[in-house]
Amino acid sequence: MAAPHATTTPPGARAPAARTPATARGQRAGVRAPWWFVVPAVAVYVFIVVVPSVNGAVFSFTDWNGLRPGWSFVGLGNYADVLADRAARDALVNTLLLAATATVVQNVAGLLLALGVNRVVRSRYVLRVVFFAPVVLTPLVAGYVWSFLLSPDGALNEALRAAGLGALAHDWLGDPGTALYAVVAEIVWQFAGYSMVIYLAGLQAIPAEVLEAATIDGAGAWSRFRHVVLPLLNGAVVINVMLCLIGGLKQFDQVMAMTGGGPGTATETISTAIYKSAFSLGDYPFSIALAVVMTAVIAVLAAVQFRLTQRRSS
Amino acid sequence: MDARYTWRTLVREATLILLALLFLVPLAGLLNVSLKPQDSEGGALAFAWPPTLGNYARAWDEAGLGAALANSFVITVVSVALIIAFAAAAAYPLARVTRGWSRATFFLLVGGLLVPGQLALLPLYATMRDVGLLGTLWAVILINVGQQIPFSVFLYTMFLRELPLDYEEAALLDGCGPVRSFVTVVFPLLRPVTGTVVILNAVGIWNEFFTPLLYLGGSDNTTAPVAIYGFVSQYVSQWPLIFAGLVISVVPILVLYFALQKHIIKGFAGGLKG
Repeated sequence: MAAPHATTTPPGARAPAARTPATARGQRAGVRAPWWFVVPAVAVYVFIVVVPSVNGAVFSFTDWNGLRPGWSFVGLGNYADVLADRAARDALVNTLLLAATATVVQNVAGLLLALGVNRVVRSRYVLRVVFFAPVVLTPLVAGYVWSFLLSPDGALNEALRAAGLGALAHDWLGDPGTALYAVVAEIVWQFAGYSMVIYLAGLQAIPAEVLEAATIDGAGAWSRFRHVVLPLLNGAVVINVMLCLIGGLKQFDQVMAMTGGGPGTATETISTAIYKSAFSLGDYPFSIALAVVMTAVIAVLAAVQFRLTQRRSS
Repeated sequence: MDARYTWRTLVREATLILLALLFLVPLAGLLNVSLKPQDSEGGALAFAWPPTLGNYARAWDEAGLGAALANSFVITVVSVALIIAFAAAAAYPLARVTRGWSRATFFLLVGGLLVPGQLALLPLYATMRDVGLLGTLWAVILINVGQQIPFSVFLYTMFLRELPLDYEEAALLDGCGPVRSFVTVVFPLLRPVTGTVVILNAVGIWNEFFTPLLYLGGSDNTTAPVAIYGFVSQYVSQWPLIFAGLVISVVPILVLYFALQKHIIKGFAGGLKG
């Protein structure tokens, strides 16, 4: 999804108007793409994304509360409020922790699954369908199912007790120490199949001859993976990490279903905090400043990732 | 190359099948609990016999799932249709014209990929309220279209840049104007991208919770996830009843998935080759 380079210049794009027959061989007739084709898309996009986003950024420096038409600038006051707020700081830390853990675990899991179901294994097609199935499930619904499985008398604790590991059984979502990781586990279960499918596409683009050549050169399985497969999967890694990170940083649905942000603020994310401060507490300026912080976090992380991957591929 | 089926492959296959069964536990638990009588003993995976469909009837009525599913369906279909029409049309000049305005517009649109919807949230909410669209399906549809334009335009533009001009020229020589040539010649050639755009957007929009919660929450016009959210908070821990509601709400998407799994998986993988 990085900035695209390959702009193939359509020949004859500036040729005179239509109905010029191609006289000489190879001469391109004037294909015209009318500029007004962009109008509907741009109009909706400007109305839904551009204008309110710019307004959001501006309003974060004001006391705009969405109801009164008037407002005045308060400088960095809203940001000071956000930074001074314990719950908002917790939300920021939780979100980064959740996004980072989910990204690492989901990518490792997705890559292992992809390697597992890539070739040879007889049931690979069925396995792919099973591993991918949670991806299409409504995240809110999946969150509710998991909250039941992880409840004190849920399936996980039952299984642990049945296996004689009753000492490990506890209230996974009620314990502030495990609640965030329980949400991560749900996310990994739900979206590992998505990563798998992208890695699979990457694996299948690797020519068999390359692997054969490496084998002939005496490379073992691990060395083939480390020095041949992994570098060729770079593109898939970039896409997967980007998708996981951005998804994790915006996390809302599963948290609302599994914990509602609790216990305390143990699983509060930036998105749930934005929602609550605006729609439960009615504190628009606070909520909007938090949204700007979130945008900045995403922009910085995307830029860092872009830099890192640029360096690796050059 | 380990292209032969060895005992190692067998171990790998067995491990994967075991893992797949574990993967299905949440889904099996969901279905199993939804079929239990309300006061039954035992956990998610203990079967209760005989199964009952009573939870389904109650959940259907009390969560208002019929109307909610119909709304989800309308929102998904209309949003996806508009996204395709707008994004494909916009991508055409963006891919074919190399002048400054075309590049600038492309970057304006694609830049939206990096801006989280939360930034626009409150100003947009206030605008929707002021123009009287709160509680209407149109608010959600418009927001879906606006938010999904960047990615869909990006996919269409990348594809069009690789598409040779020959077909359009042939159409031109046959006397087709640009509009007719786009509709009858170019758009059908975009079918692979259109498939990806339909799949990614339909799944995303059907499952979406945040936007409909804000704009339809508390109104009579909810979508399936919003209806489920209200239903769960109303019937706290009456799991068989809640799970029946959950099953009803995900049946359409799961049926579609298992019917079209090959295309859907390909759509998810294909949308991301940029």
